[in-house]
Amino acid sequence: MKNILKVDKIEKYYGSRSSLTKAIDNMSFEVEKGEFVAIMGTSGSGKTTLLNCISTIDKVTSGHIFVGDLDITKLKGNELNKFRREELGFIFQDFNLLDTLTAYENIALALSIQNESSSLIEQKIKKVAEELDIKDVLNKYPYQMSGGQKQRVASARAIVTDPKLILADEPTGALDSKSSKMLLEKFNYLDELGATILMVTHDAFTASYARRVIFIKDGKFFKEIHKGKDTRKEFFDKIIDVVTLLGGDLNDAL
Amino acid sequence: MLCKLSLKNIKKSFKDYAIYFFTLILGVAIFYVFNALDSQTVMMDVSKSTEEIIELMMTMLSGVSVFVSFILGFLIIYASRFLIKRRNKEFGIYLTLGMSKRKISLILFFETLFIGIISLIVGLLFGILLSQAMSLVVANMFEANLTKFAFVFSSSACIKTIIYFSIMYLLVMIFNTISVSKCKLIDLLNGAKKTEEIKLKNPYLCIIIFIVSCLILGRAYYTVTHDFLTLQEVTDIIKPIMMGAIATFFIFWSLSGLILRIAMSIKKFYYKGLNSFTLRQFSSQINTTVFGATIICLMLFITICLLSACLTMKNSMNANIKELAPVDAMFTVNMNMDKYYEKYRNYGYNDSQIKNSHYTAKEMFELFDFDITSYFKDYIEVNTYATPDLTMNNTLGSKLNSIRIEFPFLAYDTMESIMKISDYNRVAKFYGIKEYSLNENEYMIVADFKSMVSVRNIALKNNETINLFGHTLKPKYDSCQDGFLEMSSQHINTGIILVPDNVVDEEYLVQNHLIGNYKTNNKKEIAEIENSINKLDEDKKANEYLLPSGSTKLAIKEATTGLSAMVTFIGLYLGIIFLISSAAILGLKELSESSDNKERFKMLRKIGTDEKMINKALFRQIAIFFMLPLILALIHSIFGIMFAVKILEVFGTEELLPSIIATAIFIVIIYGGYFLITYYSSKNIIKERL
Repeated sequence: MKNILKVDKIEKYYGSRSSLTKAIDNMSFEVEKGEFVAIMGTSGSGKTTLLNCISTIDKVTSGHIFVGDLDITKLKGNELNKFRREELGFIFQDFNLLDTLTAYENIALALSIQNESSSLIEQKIKKVAEELDIKDVLNKYPYQMSGGQKQRVASARAIVTDPKLILADEPTGALDSKSSKMLLEKFNYLDELGATILMVTHDAFTASYARRVIFIKDGKFFKEIHKGKDTRKEFFDKIIDVVTLLGGDLNDAL
Repeated sequence: MLCKLSLKNIKKSFKDYAIYFFTLILGVAIFYVFNALDSQTVMMDVSKSTEEIIELMMTMLSGVSVFVSFILGFLIIYASRFLIKRRNKEFGIYLTLGMSKRKISLILFFETLFIGIISLIVGLLFGILLSQAMSLVVANMFEANLTKFAFVFSSSACIKTIIYFSIMYLLVMIFNTISVSKCKLIDLLNGAKKTEEIKLKNPYLCIIIFIVSCLILGRAYYTVTHDFLTLQEVTDIIKPIMMGAIATFFIFWSLSGLILRIAMSIKKFYYKGLNSFTLRQFSSQINTTVFGATIICLMLFITICLLSACLTMKNSMNANIKELAPVDAMFTVNMNMDKYYEKYRNYGYNDSQIKNSHYTAKEMFELFDFDITSYFKDYIEVNTYATPDLTMNNTLGSKLNSIRIEFPFLAYDTMESIMKISDYNRVAKFYGIKEYSLNENEYMIVADFKSMVSVRNIALKNNETINLFGHTLKPKYDSCQDGFLEMSSQHINTGIILVPDNVVDEEYLVQNHLIGNYKTNNKKEIAEIENSINKLDEDKKANEYLLPSGSTKLAIKEATTGLSAMVTFIGLYLGIIFLISSAAILGLKELSESSDNKERFKMLRKIGTDEKMINKALFRQIAIFFMLPLILALIHSIFGIMFAVKILEVFGTEELLPSIIATAIFIVIIYGGYFLITYYSSKNIIKERL
């Protein structure tokens, strides 16, 4: 299968010469089209930095990241914005919805900044709202919605532009377990529809919905496991085994 | 320790609130400059009468200063409310750390103190510099020569500025203390997170209120422009102004909901680029500032009207002098006062003055051993007549009753001024204005005071005849003709009846006028001549004989320049203060929300919005916010200026257009300047990379 994302020997350093922090230390991996990958690691392992580099919010110190055939480490200025709005979909831990806009308008914004026509916007939102089961909240403001609803609206905003890659940063971090489960089931559904999702989490339960889990430790690739033919429960147990191996604060998972 | 914290806070927020500091400094500077105006005259060569006018002007300006200090005080308190609100979280942290509310108040106290001291010092220095440049303006206004250039400093203005602003800052301190002591910790900590509830107003209610407000506004407009004559007392104007103010408030209230509704229904527009975001931003902004926007709109309205009216007055008065004071001097003396002994007695003339009133002006000067004609290059002498048998009651004829109902306050019982047509033509020739001719049994009226002209024209149109000294005269023209006898700076001739020479009975001579041009053109020499004439008043004879009263070009000019300087300075003073206050409030409101906006724009960047698009959205958002009050104020001003034109009719309003243009330039520079500063500082705040 074709690679959607190729991370090639990237490094990210913080700080000055005297006190250098290696947030990411020579990491490489690939994500194929239609995959649902979770990245797990303890706090400080560099998972958020990794996501920021992939999403072009941050720049790598060395190495290359390819999305499709495009080397995004070479993009500058408005090319970055164009890349973000056309190729990526974002889902954040704290939703990042605009509080002054309704759910519908929040989703529409992702399309209108690409200069889509209003009729097409309406069509696409209708479709995505049905997929994510948020038809009832489209006219509500963020403050009128539950956390789960907000995150599904944010997800709708992320996928409505048909991005090559959906990046999710701790999407269940601010949700209760019921809403988390519902959201993750929706992710599975999107995955079945052919979306490519890269999710960062420290929660084994959340990760168990993915088809592959990449573990990182101290900025380095540690191990990866595939779900294969396992049930979710079995996959979860396998993840927990690795987490135990990793040590640290991941033991608290479910 | 608290002191240090305060200083750090000021330093930290200095960049964000540059506009606030800038406004404070400007306020202090302007306050000083206008209160120090009189000190500029030290280096000027001005006459005594000009000095008196300057003194009067300073009294007026210090009265205006009290008003100005209210406006600035309002601005400072309003602004500090924004600033405190924005820092809720910071105070919350202080409180959780165990700091007492008293200490937080103390921090705020020090902050206000430092800001006050800094702005006062910088503002005063700036004001002192500015007032040096101002001396050129003052000299120009009073048409005086700068004899010497000296560095002027007015300690009284300086002290006054310090006292006024200290009181303002003290009020702010008290206000801050109260608002701190009232707040609750939980609200402080959660304040930032609590998103405002967004309520869309009921569109039907909005439409109804909008229409009703427009109707009220229309009614107010109609009252001040067309129903003008119902406004008899000064207090009558309050009603349309109140109506206008209330309508303005509700227009903003309804418009803030309507604009969004209308835009939302145009989907092609609403879902284009960041339009939906910009409109929502604007609507949430205006929703929380309906009251503020109303005040700002009204202040802008007053500024526009005030400035254009004052400038028109100044320009027109100066232009009028050329037309209405065409010769150097005119001396008038009352004659045959004994005929109306009671009346003149009441005016304050003494018995011998009344008895000895059978001399012409020239003869009267000779009695005082003053040969006035020797100073004249050329001169003429003319008479005016009056009789109790010809008052306005008679000239208005059959139209009297209907006119009386419409204009109840005219002095209908005053005797009309009558002149022989030949006398008037001699004056007209001397003045270089239009001469007229009359046939037997005809009369005409010359007048240039517009409201009186319109009253008299009603009667003239009706072809009302008058009976005078046994003759019946009918009007030659069906309207008043342009002309005047008395020199003045304004069009104030309420009407002179011109009749054929043979009609006049010499017994009814009431005034004799001596009109002439001096031999000299030198302003100093003329002033000397007129001084010596004024000194005659101290002569013992002045108790027995009534000295002719003079109205001279020089005196009129000085009074006019004084008056026009006064209105210009007051107009400028209030105009600048109103403009900077309203623009500063808008700017501060925008900037105080910049921290919220920062988050929003950050989100927009994360989902990949172009920098250009973001800047455009920000620009539009601020532009609409600044423009809305201005647009309504402009509409108000159209009617306000129409009203002002009627009030200022006597001064002449020929110079209206240039004044409006000057006002527009003034507003564009100050208001536009604040707009740009706000835009660039907002841009700076939201700029931060991801």
